[in-house]
Amino acid sequence: MIEVIKEDQVLDCTGMLCPVPIVKTSKAMKELQSGQILKMIATDAGSPPDIAAWSRQTGNELLRSTTTEDGKFVFFLKKS
Amino acid sequence: MSKSDPNAPKRLALISSKGTLDWAYPPFILASAAGAMGWEVGIFFTFYGLTLLKPELTAAVSPLGNPAMPMKMPFGPEAFQNIAWPMPNLLMANVPGFESLATSLMKQTFHNKGVATIEELRQMCIEMDVRLIGCQMTMDVFGFKREDFIKEAEIGGAATFLEYAADADVQLFI
Repeated sequence: MIEVIKEDQVLDCTGMLCPVPIVKTSKAMKELQSGQILKMIATDAGSPPDIAAWSRQTGNELLRSTTTEDGKFVFFLKKS
Repeated sequence: MSKSDPNAPKRLALISSKGTLDWAYPPFILASAAGAMGWEVGIFFTFYGLTLLKPELTAAVSPLGNPAMPMKMPFGPEAFQNIAWPMPNLLMANVPGFESLATSLMKQTFHNKGVATIEELRQMCIEMDVRLIGCQMTMDVFGFKREDFIKEAEIGGAATFLEYAADADVQLFI
């Protein structure tokens, strides 16, 4: 049983290609308070490694990275 | 001073030397991605890259001299769109309007796939305080004036870029 993560904000980057999901994620995270969680949805196949790299570079923790049955990538990021 | 201060953000220093639509993408993509990661970014626009600082971007692309460029159609069934059309140089060099056709095909394909435009990427860079440095020497050679460029651009020479690049973690010539 996977623990349910409750997000504070949702960002839908469906249909967008590199580097737009990263740029929009960065903007959205700036609006959050420390400890709040952003749920980001993307279809860009490059986004799983890119979001992981973005998380390492910015220090905002990637809590979970999953792929849905319809091929979308869902990320939960915690503001540092 | 990136190197002397361990807490300073990472820094990316780019040289953008080509002004065609295809070559306009790499510097703006890398700069906006680095900006999104909290890095300091500066782009030095020199030679043909300098035209990317004009308010109205007219960047075009030519398959002529780009022998590996796939020519794809942005419409029709997927199998049709995936065909890489062979474009002999003889044809491209002689058909009037071929460059504008190739440019509009590339723009349409990029739009259909969800790629941002050069204008959008440049605006993202501006919003993230990316330094956009126009090359003074190129301006003199090609007869550009400060007013020919967007107000966010600054003007400098080789020493300006080198000083910035000396403290950069990543430096690339594009």
